Amino acid sequence: MAASLVAAAPLDAAAPLAMNAAGWLLALAQTALFVAAAPLFAGWIKRVKCWLQNRQPPPLAQGYRDLRRLFAKRVRLADQASVVFRIAPYLVFGATILAAAVTPFLSVNLPTAAITDAIALTGFFAFARFFLALAGMDIGTAFGGMGSSREMTLSALAEPAMLMALFTVAMVASSTNLATVITSIETQMVMTRPSLWFAAFGFLLVAVAETGRIPVDNPATHLELTMIHEAMILEYGGRHLGMLEWAAQLKLLVYAVLAINIFNPWGIAHEDSASALGLAIAAMAGKLLVLGIVLAVTETLQAKLRLFRVPVFLMLAFTLALGGMLSFIILEAG
Amino acid sequence: MNLQGAMAAIGLALLSSLLALLLHGRPGSQRLLAFLALGLSAAASLVAGIAALSTGQAEATTLPLGLPWLAWHLRLDALSGFFLAIIGLVSLPAAVYGWGYCRVYDDAPARLTPMLAFTGLFVAGMQLVLLADDAYAFMIAWELMSLASYFLVASHHERAEARHAAFLYLLMAHAGGLAILLSFGVLAGFGGGFDFASLRASPLNPLWAGVCFGLALAGFGTKAGLVPLHIWLPEAHPVAPSHVSGLLSGVIVKMALYGFIRVVFDLIGEVHWAWGVAVLAIGAGTALYGVLYALVQSDLKRLLAYSTVENMGIVFLGLGLALIYLGNGQVFLGALAFVAALFHALNHACFKSLLFFGAGAVLHQAHETELSRLGGLLNRMPWTGFLFLLGCLSIASLPPFNGFASEWLIFQAALQAGSLDSGVLRASIPVAAAVLALTAALSATTFVKAYGIAFLGQARSPHARHAREADFSLRLGQAILALLCLALGVLPTLVVEALGRVSFALLGHDLPSATAHGWLWLTPVAAQKASYSAPLVFAGILLAVAAWAAVWLILKRKRRDQPVPRVPAWDCGFGELSPRMQYSAASFSMPIQQIFRGVWRIRADSQPAQPEPGLGHAAYRRYALHVEDWLWQALYAPLAAGVLAAARRVALIQTGHLRHYLLYSFFTLVLLLWLLR
Repeated sequence: MAASLVAAAPLDAAAPLAMNAAGWLLALAQTALFVAAAPLFAGWIKRVKCWLQNRQPPPLAQGYRDLRRLFAKRVRLADQASVVFRIAPYLVFGATILAAAVTPFLSVNLPTAAITDAIALTGFFAFARFFLALAGMDIGTAFGGMGSSREMTLSALAEPAMLMALFTVAMVASSTNLATVITSIETQMVMTRPSLWFAAFGFLLVAVAETGRIPVDNPATHLELTMIHEAMILEYGGRHLGMLEWAAQLKLLVYAVLAINIFNPWGIAHEDSASALGLAIAAMAGKLLVLGIVLAVTETLQAKLRLFRVPVFLMLAFTLALGGMLSFIILEAG
Repeated sequence: MNLQGAMAAIGLALLSSLLALLLHGRPGSQRLLAFLALGLSAAASLVAGIAALSTGQAEATTLPLGLPWLAWHLRLDALSGFFLAIIGLVSLPAAVYGWGYCRVYDDAPARLTPMLAFTGLFVAGMQLVLLADDAYAFMIAWELMSLASYFLVASHHERAEARHAAFLYLLMAHAGGLAILLSFGVLAGFGGGFDFASLRASPLNPLWAGVCFGLALAGFGTKAGLVPLHIWLPEAHPVAPSHVSGLLSGVIVKMALYGFIRVVFDLIGEVHWAWGVAVLAIGAGTALYGVLYALVQSDLKRLLAYSTVENMGIVFLGLGLALIYLGNGQVFLGALAFVAALFHALNHACFKSLLFFGAGAVLHQAHETELSRLGGLLNRMPWTGFLFLLGCLSIASLPPFNGFASEWLIFQAALQAGSLDSGVLRASIPVAAAVLALTAALSATTFVKAYGIAFLGQARSPHARHAREADFSLRLGQAILALLCLALGVLPTLVVEALGRVSFALLGHDLPSATAHGWLWLTPVAAQKASYSAPLVFAGILLAVAAWAAVWLILKRKRRDQPVPRVPAWDCGFGELSPRMQYSAASFSMPIQQIFRGVWRIRADSQPAQPEPGLGHAAYRRYALHVEDWLWQALYAPLAAGVLAAARRVALIQTGHLRHYLLYSFFTLVLLLWLLR
């Protein structure tokens, strides 16, 4: 085993690839919790936004009620719908669940975290996006094609910024494995590293773009011409729509958890004991509440950008991440 | 033994060519036997290549051919074995596919015979390039390959664009061939002879080594389609018949890669890290340039050709990393980047030929590769549509397919830049990796466009509306390659292990750590640093598909009572849809055209067209987009104009009067007598 290479990380060298049944069960439970919590987080952001805008918020359980309603509804298909349209919701939801499964949520001691690293995690989202965009073009409506075209354009510009932020973190931790990254950052003095500050801001900006929030996209819009994500799923209904909505909420939660756990990981469990996990749940819940408020406040203060202003926004994210990389190489390494 | 197998493969390919000539006029048996021999040749080269790769032993022999004082040296080692296996992997499905594809030429024997004959010669030439162990045999084989493929590109010579493309190809191939010849010349000038063993031993000083490297990069880069020498590739690859397009884009560019590796990593041996920076920059530039041009193409085969430029850029980016690491003495990381580059070359051979075959099937059935006249083909050609989708997923580098595995390895190699001493290198390598990320994402956009416009939505022309599924042999050829893409993506550990032998034979280092945790885990450096388990990812995706199948089965009974209602598309209530309302190829890429404007030379024609008769039909405008290669205008057109102007100047001495020519002869004689005095 390559124990000598990871002297910096206080982790058992054999742990990531070990196959123990209890660990896998725990990973499964954590993934289930992850998936189940997604509508709640989206509901929380909506609630804070309602408060800020002097509106009556829906109950926190409204997200679950909507999903139940959608899953109970019958599916209707457009005449031209091909098999891609029918299978896309399953693949999109499945790939997003996979992304959630490999993201350390409460514990870094996660056997599934070794399946992929940070780069492959973006690969899962790319997979989901690929099928979503194809589904948008399948019916042959102008709105669907418009959504697909915009989504692929913006994601193409977001991808280098996202990977540059992840590269910075990976170079600081000298690993792209998420569990190792989190452990390594937890044991280092995060606040004294300008590279991580840059990377964190870059990451947050890209995450806003990737999850389709204001100022890049507006998930609550009803105006078709401004839609990106919603335009692709206009023709969906029933359980298909339910899966796509849930996948979008889960994607938001995965990015939120990534931002929290990479840049502010204190409290995350290192062992599978009840006390450690309990603390981790409490810490994660608290941090998500705060992040939700921050998101809601920024979304309330900002207007949606024009489509052709978004590249400037993403360029800013890339520049920040690049600044993180350069400041690591110039100031911190060597 | 392996070498004999490889020579048998060459013999069979030549036999295929011979059979095509002998059976002229009997298209049925001609087609069957020629492609059968070609398929056997492919199988033999696959077996010999894999055997050479797995033993890692080099075998050599000489043939009494060639110049009186220089017999042909042949040698098969792990590197040539790997590329021989690529030839086999692509030519075998190409033979299956070509047999069905060429049926349309049965009533035109004058076209079929040369096509079959040159296909055999072309494959034989490529196999010989790999076996050649002296510069003379290499150049003969290289020219055989280039000339045979020239005639294949010119197959449809009645079309002006095919003639133009073929001529451009020939011109560039010879300019490149000249650079390769000079590169060998530098090595031979310092070494004792023309065989590779003496070239390998030639003591080069850094300056001459740099010259030799530059010539090799220019020469092989021309064939590989590196920007700015790529100009012929998007013209030549699409106009060939589709089974040949697959071979051209899938394999012949890999021969350029082989030549580059052979000269730089093997014959020169002592590499300098600055070369790596050059290759890295050229590779990154090529990748980005290629994908940006692929994105705005509206012809499917042209789009695929530009995507070949992009993928060769990615491979050379990996090789540049390898050169940088090797030049800095980091042999392990050099081997990692080298293996990643070879892996991507293998993957590209598989998915690009698959996609060209798919485009060929579309052309065969819908008589159209112009995206703006396709649409909805998935419902009419479900098999081709499914296999093409697998190719798109692979080339868009999505997990768990093969394109992702190799790009992931290149990313991992790039992320080890922290171990270099030079701060400039440490900063520039991640930027190259970011360019790679942009390229990968734009490539996904490109193939969403290609697939979405061609196979989804509604048919945009009567041809597309009446397309039928392709023949069995066309589907089989694609299915083999699609399976291969999936297998290479799901089991990257096995591939990396095999490629480790190439790097061990060439660089003296393999990658024991990459596969140290068994076939399930790919861990390029160490398990703690990064791990990727493609089989588990594949299992996860399969679970999602299984969930779909389960829901489908559970609802089966309910569906019998109440079928899923099929209704007109909602489209936010805007009313009935027509195919013209769909997003087109041009409109799909319009946002990117806006953002990256200036990269292309785009001419937009917009003309008023006649309104259709009847009430309520408004006059509409016809809008056409022409994308021209910027480098053509900036570099090649002035060059061509300069050559023409110079020729016109020289032509002044051609007066047409006999007495002037006699005078020229007289002065030349006097000059020669004076010189030879």
